[in-house]
Amino acid sequence: MNWRAVWAIYTFEMARTGRTLLQSIVSPVISTSLYFVVFGAAIGSRISEIEGVSYGAFIVPGLIMMMLLTQSTANASFGIYFPKFVGTIYELLSAPISYLEIVLGYVGAAATKSIILGLIILLTAGFFVPIRIDHPVAMAGFLILTAVSFSLFGFIIGVWADGFEKLQVIPLLIITPLTFLGGSFYSIQVLPPVWHSISLFNPIVYLISGFRWSFYSIADVNVGLSLAAAALFTTLCLGLVWWIFRTGYRLKS
Amino acid sequence: MHPVISVVDLSKTYASGFQALRRVNLEIRQGEIFALLGPNGAGKTTLINIICGIANASQGRVSVNGLDIVRHYRAVRALIGLVPQELTTDAFESVWATVCFSRGLWGRPAAPTYLGKVLKDLSLWDKKDNKIMTLSGGMKRRVMIAKALAHEPKILFLDEPTAGVDVELRKDMWGVVRALSDAGVTIILTTHYIEEAELMADRIGIISKGELILVEDKVELMRKLGKKQLTLHLLEQLDAIPAQLAGRHLALANEGRELVYTYDTQAERTGITALLRTLHEAGIRFRDLNTRQSSLEDIFVDLVRRGQ
Repeated sequence: MNWRAVWAIYTFEMARTGRTLLQSIVSPVISTSLYFVVFGAAIGSRISEIEGVSYGAFIVPGLIMMMLLTQSTANASFGIYFPKFVGTIYELLSAPISYLEIVLGYVGAAATKSIILGLIILLTAGFFVPIRIDHPVAMAGFLILTAVSFSLFGFIIGVWADGFEKLQVIPLLIITPLTFLGGSFYSIQVLPPVWHSISLFNPIVYLISGFRWSFYSIADVNVGLSLAAAALFTTLCLGLVWWIFRTGYRLKS
Repeated sequence: MHPVISVVDLSKTYASGFQALRRVNLEIRQGEIFALLGPNGAGKTTLINIICGIANASQGRVSVNGLDIVRHYRAVRALIGLVPQELTTDAFESVWATVCFSRGLWGRPAAPTYLGKVLKDLSLWDKKDNKIMTLSGGMKRRVMIAKALAHEPKILFLDEPTAGVDVELRKDMWGVVRALSDAGVTIILTTHYIEEAELMADRIGIISKGELILVEDKVELMRKLGKKQLTLHLLEQLDAIPAQLAGRHLALANEGRELVYTYDTQAERTGITALLRTLHEAGIRFRDLNTRQSSLEDIFVDLVRRGQ
């Protein structure tokens, strides 16, 4: 293993985060706070408790998950797309590093960044609503697994994209709607039966439900199922990344 | 001697169907400066990209120090530094951060003294904390050279390293290249400034339409194909070459205002004295004269044209 190369990529990417601190950290925190003001305080005060949890507290795991999904995807996709776009990818391709090492560097940095972000949002939420974490290990597990799997997913998008538009289109058209419909702001139990059944095909339902369970021990779907869904998604992404590197898809002509 | 790079039957066809390389065979010798010349789109960059791992070969194989570049990619790439043609830099990084990054990518431990020397040699030391985006084009080019040298390569590819670089800097750069060569680094360069190849290279390869049409020792090439011309600017226009001068390698140019004499500098006699005497006798007067050595450029243009 060329650990120095992994570290070089990792620190390079983290430095990028540092340079774009406002955009990277502050803006998600502000937008999350706005969600709290709107959904937690303004609307939430009129919504009754859900299984003994106040609405404001109920949406915290969903909000963190939403940020985690969008930020992991955005960070990792931009991280690998940008060198492709400006041409500095030549150096990665000509360096004595394996594909695994490239992925470790980029995905590791993207995941780290979104985990930090998730924790910051958790802290921010703590100022607005009382939060309890019943299963901290499971919470950390879901946080890490989701960050890693969606960073992998973002990496794939970044390799696939051949323009800034494509970079935006999947997060915008797929991830955001699936997150909103995945129970970030409500329990899917409250949906009419048809929509409830349809929601079960949304993979993000499982992630949010599992993550929420780790906070308040309440879940829309079985927590084992949630874990299996997260693991399945990670495996799928790993498989795709492996294929990308094996074929040189959009990286090597 | 065992070649440091051995290219065997290398072909490359892009997905678009464009065949960039056709069965190229080439051996690069340890420690030499090899200049690869060719018109735009001839396949120079493709060849370099395949050796460096940026593009895949369609056919054929390449080995470096006897190691296959695909199977032993780690060992091979560890030896190679690449300065690509395009000015591609991480605009927001500082010069120092980017050279440290390059060294890290190659798995080498931090070496501030060495990197400092590289930057000093390339006159970049006082810019080390500047963001790359604030540098001029010539400086960015040198940053790319510094990045390629960051891991102390044994083989250096320079793809058009002096494009867009002013004369002064170009000289500095060639100084660095010369010093690297003296230190035993094998250098493969492509350039549009053929006089640079003429100045720097030990051997020259000419590539045209994906085919390597010639590989030759530079001195030998210049000797075999080089000519010299003497141009006389006449006082009075001539309609034809006078009879006394027939049989010499003479031609009229510029509507009879110039008389051009082509001769071989390697020959025992150039024939210039005799020519001038004959001209005097014939009463042909001239107001100026100049001589011109056919450059590598002329040879190159001639070869490529013939190849087409």
